[in-house]
Amino acid sequence: MRTPRRTPDRALLRDAAAIAAAMVAVGASFGAIAIAYGLPTWVPFVMSTVVFAGGAQFLAVGLIAAGNPLAAVFAGLLLNARHLPFGLAVAATVGDRWRDRLIGSHLMTDEVVAFTLRERDPARRRRTYWLIGVTLFTSWNAGTALGVLLGGATGDPAALGLDAAFPAGLIALILPSLRDRATRTVALTGAALAVLVTPVLPAGLPVLCALLGLFALFVPRRRREEPRKLEEVPC
Amino acid sequence: MLIASIVVLAVGTYTMRLSGVLLRDRLELSDRLQRLLPMAATTLLAALAATAALMEGAAFAGAARPAGVAVGALLAWRKAPFVVVVLAAALTAALLRLAGVP
Repeated sequence: MRTPRRTPDRALLRDAAAIAAAMVAVGASFGAIAIAYGLPTWVPFVMSTVVFAGGAQFLAVGLIAAGNPLAAVFAGLLLNARHLPFGLAVAATVGDRWRDRLIGSHLMTDEVVAFTLRERDPARRRRTYWLIGVTLFTSWNAGTALGVLLGGATGDPAALGLDAAFPAGLIALILPSLRDRATRTVALTGAALAVLVTPVLPAGLPVLCALLGLFALFVPRRRREEPRKLEEVPC
Repeated sequence: MLIASIVVLAVGTYTMRLSGVLLRDRLELSDRLQRLLPMAATTLLAALAATAALMEGAAFAGAARPAGVAVGALLAWRKAPFVVVVLAAALTAALLRLAGVP
């Protein structure tokens, strides 16, 4: 873990503030785009609240505006299918109570999972999941409202470099997990596979294809006969 | 039709989120399989980061975004704080675009 142990929560709050600021900006561009497409004002608000999945929302408003709501649903669900394996990975962190599971599941996003898997200690993991989850839900919806109100004045997220900020943030969050050799092999194989098939598969499927990288674990290694060590993997 | 598609998308997304969380208890997973779960999640996140960094739709994203991500990744590897990583990546991509790099 790279955060200093003396002030762990201050570091977490600072990271949460950074990702929240980026979320407000991207949420604003979502709100502005939905309005620019000529969709009713309530659409971006409702989507940001009840769907709460940035990638799927951008994809869906584009397809809905193009007059293809069926494709919007299909593409959005395909893109969000990754939440099922995410749920398996963070189930213990979300909590045992029904209330926590029902609410916590809705807060699940890529960034929340990435922040959570970075932590080792179960109590800290739990705090991280809920803090980042609530922060992102709030900032995403605030951003959406801002975008609807300001319209085109919110600016282009690409001009601000935000499209580079999110992948970089994800990489920073998963780096500690990649220190484990087995995880690194699987993740890099999967990521390469996903990039390779992106030109030929519909959105959402390439990322799911990355799970095929798990088969890299079964590739025999001549130099390492001992069973693979997984102790670095946060569980 | 608009309302219906949003409702189906929302319900479907929530179902997938919740079913992972609920299934975890029902599944009798061996220790070895359990250790694969965080690995699978990390792999999905790595694939998201890689595709988002390099691709725009089905095509290559251009130079500015991957360059920004690379600067951020390098800083993250050098153990720079998260905020610095995110800001440096955005700033690099934004400045490159300002200079006319696609």
